[in-house]
Amino acid sequence: MDCYTANWNPLGDSAFYRKYELYSMDWDLKEELRDCLVAAAPYGGPIALLRNPWRKEKAASVRPVLDIYSASGIPLASLLWKSGPVVSLGWSAEEELLCVQEDGAVLVYGLHGDFRRHFSMGNEVLQNRVLDARIFHTEFGSGVAILTGAHRFTLSANVGDLKLRRMPEVPGLQSAPSCWTTLCQDRVTHILLAVGPDLYLLDHAACSAVTPPGLVPGVSSFLQMAVSFTYRHLALFTDTGYIWMGTASLKEKLCEFNCNIRAPPKQMVWCSRPRSKERAIVVAWERRLMVVGDAPESIQYKQLTIQVLLDRLVLRRLYPLAIQICEYLRLPEVQGVSRILAHWACYKVQQKDVSDEDVARAINQKLGDTPGVSYSDIAARAYGCGRTELAIKLLEYEPRSGEQVPLLLKMKRSKLALSKAIESGDTDLVFTVLLHLKNELNRGDFFMTLRNQPMALSLYRQFCKHQELETLKDLYNQDDNHQELGSFHIRASYAAEERIEGRVAALQTATDAFYKAKNEFAAKATEDQMRLLRLQRRLEDELEGQFLDLSLHDTVTTLILGGHNKRAEQLARDFRIPDKRLWWLKLTALADLEDWEELEKFSKSKKSPIGYLPFVEICMKQHNKYEAKKYASRVGPEHKVKALLLVGDVAQAADVAIEHRNEAELSLVLSHCTGATDGATADKIQRARAQAQKK
Amino acid sequence: MRYIANLVNADKVAGRTRRYKVIFSPQKFYACEMVLEEEGIFGDVSCDEWAFSLLPLDVDLLSMELPEFFRDYFLEGDQRWINTVAQALHLLSTLYGPFPNCYGIGRCAKMSYELWRRLEEEEDGETKGRRPEIGHIFFLDRDMDFVTALCSQVVYEGLVDDTFRIKCGSVDFGPEVTSSDKSLKVLLNAEDKVFNEIRNEHFSNVFGFLSQKARNLQAQYDRRRGMDIKQMKNFVSQELKGLKQEHRLLSLHIGACESIMKKKTKQDFQELIKTEHALLEGFNIRESTSYIEEHIDRQVSPIESLRLMCLLSITENGLISKDYRSLKTQYLQSYGPEHLLTFSNLRRAGLLTEQAPGDTLTAVESKVSKLVTDKAAGKITDAFSSLAKRSNFRAISKKLNLIPRVDGEYDLKVPRDMAYVFSGAYVPLSCRIIEQVLERRSWQGLDEVVRLLNCSEFAFTDMTKEDKASSESLRLILVVFLGGCTFSEISALRFLGREKGYRFIFLTTAVTNSARLMEAMSEVKA
Repeated sequence: MDCYTANWNPLGDSAFYRKYELYSMDWDLKEELRDCLVAAAPYGGPIALLRNPWRKEKAASVRPVLDIYSASGIPLASLLWKSGPVVSLGWSAEEELLCVQEDGAVLVYGLHGDFRRHFSMGNEVLQNRVLDARIFHTEFGSGVAILTGAHRFTLSANVGDLKLRRMPEVPGLQSAPSCWTTLCQDRVTHILLAVGPDLYLLDHAACSAVTPPGLVPGVSSFLQMAVSFTYRHLALFTDTGYIWMGTASLKEKLCEFNCNIRAPPKQMVWCSRPRSKERAIVVAWERRLMVVGDAPESIQYKQLTIQVLLDRLVLRRLYPLAIQICEYLRLPEVQGVSRILAHWACYKVQQKDVSDEDVARAINQKLGDTPGVSYSDIAARAYGCGRTELAIKLLEYEPRSGEQVPLLLKMKRSKLALSKAIESGDTDLVFTVLLHLKNELNRGDFFMTLRNQPMALSLYRQFCKHQELETLKDLYNQDDNHQELGSFHIRASYAAEERIEGRVAALQTATDAFYKAKNEFAAKATEDQMRLLRLQRRLEDELEGQFLDLSLHDTVTTLILGGHNKRAEQLARDFRIPDKRLWWLKLTALADLEDWEELEKFSKSKKSPIGYLPFVEICMKQHNKYEAKKYASRVGPEHKVKALLLVGDVAQAADVAIEHRNEAELSLVLSHCTGATDGATADKIQRARAQAQKK
Repeated sequence: MRYIANLVNADKVAGRTRRYKVIFSPQKFYACEMVLEEEGIFGDVSCDEWAFSLLPLDVDLLSMELPEFFRDYFLEGDQRWINTVAQALHLLSTLYGPFPNCYGIGRCAKMSYELWRRLEEEEDGETKGRRPEIGHIFFLDRDMDFVTALCSQVVYEGLVDDTFRIKCGSVDFGPEVTSSDKSLKVLLNAEDKVFNEIRNEHFSNVFGFLSQKARNLQAQYDRRRGMDIKQMKNFVSQELKGLKQEHRLLSLHIGACESIMKKKTKQDFQELIKTEHALLEGFNIRESTSYIEEHIDRQVSPIESLRLMCLLSITENGLISKDYRSLKTQYLQSYGPEHLLTFSNLRRAGLLTEQAPGDTLTAVESKVSKLVTDKAAGKITDAFSSLAKRSNFRAISKKLNLIPRVDGEYDLKVPRDMAYVFSGAYVPLSCRIIEQVLERRSWQGLDEVVRLLNCSEFAFTDMTKEDKASSESLRLILVVFLGGCTFSEISALRFLGREKGYRFIFLTTAVTNSARLMEAMSEVKA
């Protein structure tokens, strides 16, 4: 029992420490670690070792070897390094291994040693070579910082979204800085470097000299610097064996310590347990380890979330374990099991030795209709591996047809994409595909495709109507749709053409089209319009007034109003205006002119085809009771009562109604009997009614 | 888009720099962005989307305010708005839970329903397990019943819409109504207590009602005579404001009524209604045809003439060749040759067609039309689909008893059926179908009607959801009109609701009437 405290050793006055082995490494290393480039991923991730990194010989036996181990030393991958000399290794937050070569190329490998991609840190780096490189992590991703042979810095703050930044020059810098590190403050990455007794801070725009507050005098050089994982704290080790610890902003000193060792340490890192209030650095020399710390206010570390943990398991292809964890934690399917199955499927499609059918079937069997699984994502992965056929098979399982479209387009299966887009009912998607097709196919093929897809065709037609009238015409031509072609030219005859010749020509084309469409009616009507247009033009030349664009009816009316009765008659004959219309037209026009004499002459020219009630009505409309009465007498018996009432002759209306013995007419007259003047008439009607009832 | 592009480019030429923002509502279309790109101003303009799809116009009326839906879909075959409808329904079901019973008729109805279902399935879980608050949903394509929409409206709200045009639930009453020199914008909904009492009434009752109301109001005003000081104080502080408000509304509606009466007598409204009724009942066709011809010859109103021609065509299963030609010729002579395009539009939409020789639908034709109405069979050309658009109105009318047998006078004050909205002459087809299906809770027994309508129908009942629904929610019915509905239809269904104990809620792409439908089909010279 008392052994519990036996292995604790005092550290300073109030702290204790102990040493014990957490676990032993499973690896079987032949080289000394000091002879290797080593990189350990954060959060207990994998460890990468590059053996013989500095051998320049070409012999295969002594080529560098890249080994990847799990944190407990279980080998994950091993491969012979065939590229250029590597200066630095590091893991990104996504557990991708970044290998920075001397020429500034960065090679990216997966956890299992699979090559992913590479990128370059730019020409300047290529020319001046890489002297030193750091891989660093910020909340936005993982970055690479390079110190070149010309003592300039180039960095990219996020390798996932590569943007290279060349940092400004440090004035008077002739040799490499004694030490440097990246700092991340307010979302911007800086570089802190030490040159002799001076410290410089580089940002995108400027280089400024900085001094840590409370630094003891007499420092002639900084040998080592360390920044904490969260970029909050900074430690500096000077050539006097003095350690300064403070905030990374260099605004505040936390503590200082003189260790009296002047040899440059091999390594200096911040260490702290999560949620611990203890902050400390560990300094390592060849045979000595020193822990320096204080006990200030709280520090909070972000912890690994469940999601990240699952991601890591997936990366290690431990799918069943990940699923068991999800089930144990009762995570919602979409976040848990589905996601892992989707990852599994993406891995599955990369197995090139299995046939397309088998892979597709295996995936569908396992995934079924699991919610949240996107078959189109898996298919995209398959296509990425060059397995187009498999991708198409997988897309068939995608229930949302809209989701299939982008990938189909990418795979140049545009026609299939079109059907799927139509199936989805999303017209916007259909239109997107249409524009793809339009660029991809020649015009003929494009139109043929449209022809088989009426929904797409009408959509495209709508677009053309507003944007590309010429294309619309071609579409109709292609379909031999003469009816629509005719309509198209009719519209052009008044909307597009301005000169009369152009308008007539458009109408002629329309006529031809209508004949082809066997629409004789439209053809004839269009021919009439051509005649009318020419005639209107002539009228405008010969008479005053505007005739163009009037309808036939309005043209004749205008002529009458202008007193050109002969011309009006001629026009009516030429265009075979029916009698009834002509009578209505003349009646209205003459009444408008208040040409009562002409109206009367007209009324007597022959028997009116519209009767004489309209004459009465129109005169009354113009408040001419005198003229109205003339016509009232000529109104036929069926409208007589109405006419008499219109001219205000209630008494006579009553007589006629009584004569007709028409009940409806009687009530009508009665309703017009107002006041005392018509009292007698009203009585008369009542008597007639009574009499009629007796009979 | 072109307009915006021209604006921006004009500024560019003039060297002006401004910031541009385009807000698309209810949704942004890829084609629009493409136009901006083609015009080279995509970078200059920032775009936003306002997914605004439902405008509540009243306690029971939601409008999508998409008047273009009608032309775009029923004439141009453009399906872009169907997605918008599905989104709107999806929104409703996230708010009110799933709908246990779905019915519908028409191609567009079916597509909207299917698209909506798919949206629901994709985002399963949101509505899962929720108690349904609305028991039924009914989808209806406008082209299934053009007749009702083409008739002159005679219930007050419809008449106000026909006469003054109600826009987004409000109307501009001109000086002739307000009896002052100013126009007045008036909100028309259930909040307006006077309007709420007369909106669904046949116009012939409205005037009497209003004058009775005016007398009551006067009586209430008169009470102040003989009041002591305290009572007077009470009266002024509590009642007077309400009375004044009512007074204001009353005089407005009386003004509107007078104005309507003046206009309607001028146009020989009685003649017009008589002709319409004759067309609906199918007698005196020759007389009606010459009435229409005279209407055209006299240039009474281009839109009205067009409406009557369409009504004649639909009720008669197309015009006989001679009339088809002569009416069109007359119309062109009156209003200009561009209406050749209008006629082509009307024919395509099935609104104005020529009778095919051999009148009845043959078995082959009905088979073909079944195909055409099927989603997959778009490949059949226009020629075939116009065949399928035969209206069969007369047969349907007989089957569904749309023309009530009248013994004596139809009492418009105490209506006995939905026909009151058309003076007792005709039960709106759309409303009758809804009534019949709701009664049966299915399309069973309506096979013949569905066949005559040439539409595909569907019904879907989810018993698991229905079990969860309260009896109250099962009385609630959402009716979705694709292509617009009229106030007469709304009034008729409100009546049906009162009779049968349902409560209807209306969702329409836009409130429409005959003039709006005709204008949507008309070609106008720019």
